[in-house]
Amino acid sequence: MREVAVVASAMVQQEALVSDTEVEFMVPVISAVKEQTGMGSQDFGFVCSGSSDFLAGQAFSFVQTLDAVGAVPPISESHVEMDGAWALYEAWVKLQIGEVDTALVYSYGKTSPGSLRDVLATQLDPYYVTPLWPDSLSLAALGARIGLESGAFTAQEMAEVVSRNLSHAKSNELAVRSGDMTPEEILSTPETVPPLRDLDCAPETDGGVAVVLAAESAAKNLCDRPAWIKGFDHRIDAQNIGARDLTRAPSAAIAAQHAGISGGKALVSGQPEKLDFVELYAPYSYQEIILLQEMGLSEAAQNSLVVNPSGGTLAGHTMMGSGLMRIAEAAQRISRGEGDRAAAHATSGPLLQQNMVCVLEGE
Amino acid sequence: MSQIPTPKALSQKVVVPERIADAEQVRSVRTPLRLEYDYIPGKAAQEYLVAFGDKKILGHRSPVDGAVFVPPRGVDPRHGVATADYVELPSHGHIGSFCVTEVPIPGRDDLELPYISAWIFLDGADIGFIGLVGECAPEDCRIGMRVEAVWQDEIGQTAENIRWWKPTGEPDVPFEEAGGRGFPSRLAARQASGE
Repeated sequence: MREVAVVASAMVQQEALVSDTEVEFMVPVISAVKEQTGMGSQDFGFVCSGSSDFLAGQAFSFVQTLDAVGAVPPISESHVEMDGAWALYEAWVKLQIGEVDTALVYSYGKTSPGSLRDVLATQLDPYYVTPLWPDSLSLAALGARIGLESGAFTAQEMAEVVSRNLSHAKSNELAVRSGDMTPEEILSTPETVPPLRDLDCAPETDGGVAVVLAAESAAKNLCDRPAWIKGFDHRIDAQNIGARDLTRAPSAAIAAQHAGISGGKALVSGQPEKLDFVELYAPYSYQEIILLQEMGLSEAAQNSLVVNPSGGTLAGHTMMGSGLMRIAEAAQRISRGEGDRAAAHATSGPLLQQNMVCVLEGE
Repeated sequence: MSQIPTPKALSQKVVVPERIADAEQVRSVRTPLRLEYDYIPGKAAQEYLVAFGDKKILGHRSPVDGAVFVPPRGVDPRHGVATADYVELPSHGHIGSFCVTEVPIPGRDDLELPYISAWIFLDGADIGFIGLVGECAPEDCRIGMRVEAVWQDEIGQTAENIRWWKPTGEPDVPFEEAGGRGFPSRLAARQASGE
């Protein structure tokens, strides 16, 4: 395997970026990683992005956003209709093949013009499920209900997840929701989509993120402390929601195992090493509990492992961006020296259908 | 030439299990899908449309080399650099390329066939934008022909303000200098004149 690292990243996230088009708000984000690395449009060996036409409300919308990169003369470019974490995976594979030494990866989502909870219904089975328009909040409430009634987790545990994330989010300038609330205060708020409360559900935001990946010596030249990718894997569960146990996420367990997470630690060159923090993409509070269990991190989270130092997606949820943002958040913390080892997680599809785990380490 | 066999999946022959052989076959499923968006055009397009409502055409000047893009999109797409310097452009220019269409556009019964659409290169702009050519027979239309805007009677903040572009009768821009072909020399000339 080639040693590949995140060497630069930048993000924007707000409740609504009303007056900017996607290209207008992505120019400063992409320009920021160009400045951090001193690289120009033509210096990246590969460019890969993630976005969704269903959010933009127009076909081939990603082609317009490519204007923010600068594609004259033509560049080597690809796009996934998925969260940017999957664009990063494609770029990582390209670097592993050895064709290129650097890659620019970005993703963005502007959900404010439409109704995200309805847009997400279109990713479901088009014959049996989408025609019934089950919106994303209702589906999440189904999952939460099964979990609560089966005893997989409790309302108190969900409130503790919310409380901790909102507290961590106080130091995150990209957070749109943050503050000090005790679990008791959270439990006293109404269940808006029972059994879910507003605070259990990630607040929708508009935003974008850009990341630069580099291999080996290129990474060392571009960054004082690169965040090296030590493990990377993604897995997918069945698409049929009725065929899944919604209190579990087996794909997260397998992805974590293949990324090298075992017994609450990260296996780096075969040696178990302490994880300092983990960034999880859990758009609903109860999903964080499921993910920690599946990744074998529940016990570590009770001890020294910090879960979501950024506040996670409960502080702000940029569809198509939040997964890559988790990786960027973890990488930035490592590069700043706030920790040596982290796991970043991304999800896609309904109710934790797809899960990706990326282990990052600073030297 | 030998016949390429039709792929099995496209043979239209549906094989139904014996136990439901009597059931009526479902050949298609209709899933109506409607999503609504409150679309806001963005900073550059809003400036453009507001000025267009006063019969002014705005472009963006690139901070890299002064190239002028119309309509403005807030970015120089060659370099990925933000643009915020607005330039007011005249409503005349030349045809960079054109196409004569004999097929009607659904919802545009007002368009007489055949109609001509063209890339209009405004004087002072480095890229073209699309418009109709009117008051001109298809056989008279040519690359390099000079045109000016014919505005609609009622003007609004909309891309539809210009009814069409009509020939001015001035001498043509030479073919070699017309449209995108003339990009480098036009840019060099304007840079030399300090514009």
